[in-house]
Amino acid sequence: MRVNIVNKNGQANIRVLIKHPMETGMRKDKGTGKVVPAHFIQTLKIEHKGQVVIDAKCGVAVSKDPFFYFKVGGVAAGDAVKITWKDNLGKSESKDETVA
Amino acid sequence: MNFDVKRRLMLKGSMAAGLATVAAAAGLLSPTVVLAAWPKAAFEAKSINNALSSLLGSSAMTDSGDVKIKAPSIAENGAVVNVVVKTKMSDVESISILVEKNGNPLAFSADLAKSADPFVKTRVKLGQTSKVIGVIKAGGKIYSASRIVKVTVGGCGG
Repeated sequence: MRVNIVNKNGQANIRVLIKHPMETGMRKDKGTGKVVPAHFIQTLKIEHKGQVVIDAKCGVAVSKDPFFYFKVGGVAAGDAVKITWKDNLGKSESKDETVA
Repeated sequence: MNFDVKRRLMLKGSMAAGLATVAAAAGLLSPTVVLAAWPKAAFEAKSINNALSSLLGSSAMTDSGDVKIKAPSIAENGAVVNVVVKTKMSDVESISILVEKNGNPLAFSADLAKSADPFVKTRVKLGQTSKVIGVIKAGGKIYSASRIVKVTVGGCGG
């Protein structure tokens, strides 16, 4: 997961790029002809100083290697921002960032 | 005797329950933000109306010029379509993105805290040429705006 946070006069512009297949569960493998099981990110959470500010949910229609851009106000340099995603197979990843 | 014991147990029980209620009311037991689980029914709904009523509790959308949606008019690759949904409305509770012609129209939804700007940008998949709908829930009401994105599979760009 790659995270970029730009502090624009107290507003954090948060860009998140996640490496994930986002399989819909409807696609067939061209080689075997079998349906590739669904594997996609379901939730993405952004916390600012321990408080959830963005609570996002995704379906299978979010593109492969998802990109998200959010804007959160009321931030100051040094504030902690935590980004966490979780997929339908229970895999998850989180990253701690500090506002510049 | 037997009755008396039961009565005592009941008294004890109701006292404990009473305390729990007081604690919950004071916010001692509830976490700061209640995170909703992944709304399976909404994402698996086959129509926009069903998806919205499951997700937001109502499917009564009002077309609004205050909801801004940005998406390309022609997408050469339906697998990656950039979509921006934003508004200047206040009291925005959530932003959602739906693709009308997809088997499951609901693609993405985000609940926003007060400090979050009512803005979201992401990339979604379109199975075919379709209306892409941006939905904003603000002050308990549901507002929307849409754009048609033409998907040109084959790579010639139409």
